[in-house]
Amino acid sequence: MAAKTHRVLPGFGLALGYTLVYLSLLILLPLGGLILKASELGFGQIMDIALGERSLAAFRVTFGASFLAAAVNAFFGLIVAWILVRYPFPGKRFVDALVDLPFALPTAVAGITLATLYAGNGWLGQFIEPLGFKVAYTPWGIVVALTFITLPFVVRTLQPVIEDIETEVEEAAASLGASRWQTFVKVIFPAIFPALLTGFALAFARAVGEYGSVIFIAGNLPLISEITPLLIISKLEQYDVLGATALAVVMLGLSFLLLLSVNLLQWWTANRHKNSEPLEVAAAKASGGAQ
Amino acid sequence: MKSTRATQEPVWVRYTLLTIGLSFLFFFLGLPLLAVFVEALAQGVPVYIEALKEPETASAIWLTVGIALAVLPFNIVFGVAAAWAIAKFEFKGKSLLITLIDLPFAVSPVVAGLIFILLFGSQGTFGEWLSEHDIKIIFAVPGMILATLFITFPFIARELIPLMQAQGKDEEEAAVSLGASGWQMFIRVTLPNIKWGLLYGVILSNARAMGEFGAVSVVSGHIRGETNTLPLHVEILYNEYNAIGAFAAASILALLALVTLVAKTIVEWRMKKETEMLNTVLAPEKT
Repeated sequence: MAAKTHRVLPGFGLALGYTLVYLSLLILLPLGGLILKASELGFGQIMDIALGERSLAAFRVTFGASFLAAAVNAFFGLIVAWILVRYPFPGKRFVDALVDLPFALPTAVAGITLATLYAGNGWLGQFIEPLGFKVAYTPWGIVVALTFITLPFVVRTLQPVIEDIETEVEEAAASLGASRWQTFVKVIFPAIFPALLTGFALAFARAVGEYGSVIFIAGNLPLISEITPLLIISKLEQYDVLGATALAVVMLGLSFLLLLSVNLLQWWTANRHKNSEPLEVAAAKASGGAQ
Repeated sequence: MKSTRATQEPVWVRYTLLTIGLSFLFFFLGLPLLAVFVEALAQGVPVYIEALKEPETASAIWLTVGIALAVLPFNIVFGVAAAWAIAKFEFKGKSLLITLIDLPFAVSPVVAGLIFILLFGSQGTFGEWLSEHDIKIIFAVPGMILATLFITFPFIARELIPLMQAQGKDEEEAAVSLGASGWQMFIRVTLPNIKWGLLYGVILSNARAMGEFGAVSVVSGHIRGETNTLPLHVEILYNEYNAIGAFAAASILALLALVTLVAKTIVEWRMKKETEMLNTVLAPEKT
């Protein structure tokens, strides 16, 4: 496909022009406005606001809970993706479709429902609280809400990759004497690891910015269970626009870093796929551990 | 999938994994979904119906639908235009453009709302000019539409770009060389090829538009009966300890989510069928 010399198809200028104008007006200009506003403060002042006691605590809660939620999803998501691809069970198509529920269900609905479930008299709370473990209105509630919201990411990034694993490689490993566990650790896991990491990063990035589901279950106590997006809103409501802007700019910077690392990961995954090991090498590696 | 003993886990491992995976999904997805409807119907169907008939809930439903309909044409036109330029032509900075299209996914909804307040709020860049001309954007519906446009910006383009890249440009080039005008080519060749992908993107962006909370909440001003979408109304009712009302409104949104999932599954199934067809027809040409 080397039709680069002259363009046969019409509409390139119009399509690209419209794309660039619309992108600039709706996305780039407003984001630029935020950075411009933040520059009124200067770097030192932004850092002073971001590293204040309350902001720092909010960042810690936000990133800590997001990390835990993404880790929970990495673990369970791997199992869910595995059983959805490899094992037959009744109602599988229904379960597969249900995995996307968190993408389709408005976050506010998730928030009030999870808060009700985990409250002291809720379906789950009534069993958990007598054990001395409170979820609703504590930082653990934030982890639960974020786990729900980001549940599909790991499953959906892993599923196609697990589907792509050729069973021949596993057979080769087994025929060379590798146990099932060795095959998993040495052949399957390395093949799906980049995708697992990508899913984790996507889940983490989404969780960091989440607001709607969290505020209902968090309790929102400053220093303890207050997330950064909520702190931005409360600053805004107190007409502290500059304070809100400073926090927003820091969040934006961190989100860009995450987006960048996701892109790098995906590029890495694609590259690995291209120069993936020949069958025999992978199989021999697995059996190497069996000797 | 063919599976032999060598490539299967022992039975007890299989059952353990199935139990762990399905329990996780039950506690984190099934139970919450069930709880929405049980809570909404906790005091019987008549009370539920009454809660839905409340004028503020009804107006919230209409505003939600209205905003979703308002953003739809913008998203479709942008999605198709961006995918057309990116998938069918070569130009410098293409991968940067693709990254920029994904940008809204990396921005917290709260920040998305904030940037429009900085531009159009009373103390914002254009605030003075807007108030002189008596135009309200923030704490009014136009601001909510802007915030929703920002949040749903990538959805359709993201679906169409890989699809149109995979389809190549042979068919369109054939149409043009046979004398079709640009518009004829688009309507007769491109649109039929991308219709399922486009519909898929529309379903996803629509679900997000109707359910968006954070971004819309920041710019809405929470004026009851005027700038309350259904998700925002859920919050108000819940904070007023009106659990039945909150969950009744929530149940509408949950039903919408279920419709979205069903529609999405059907479209996915159709798309899969068409790519399979495409692959069997074009298999020798593709590398």
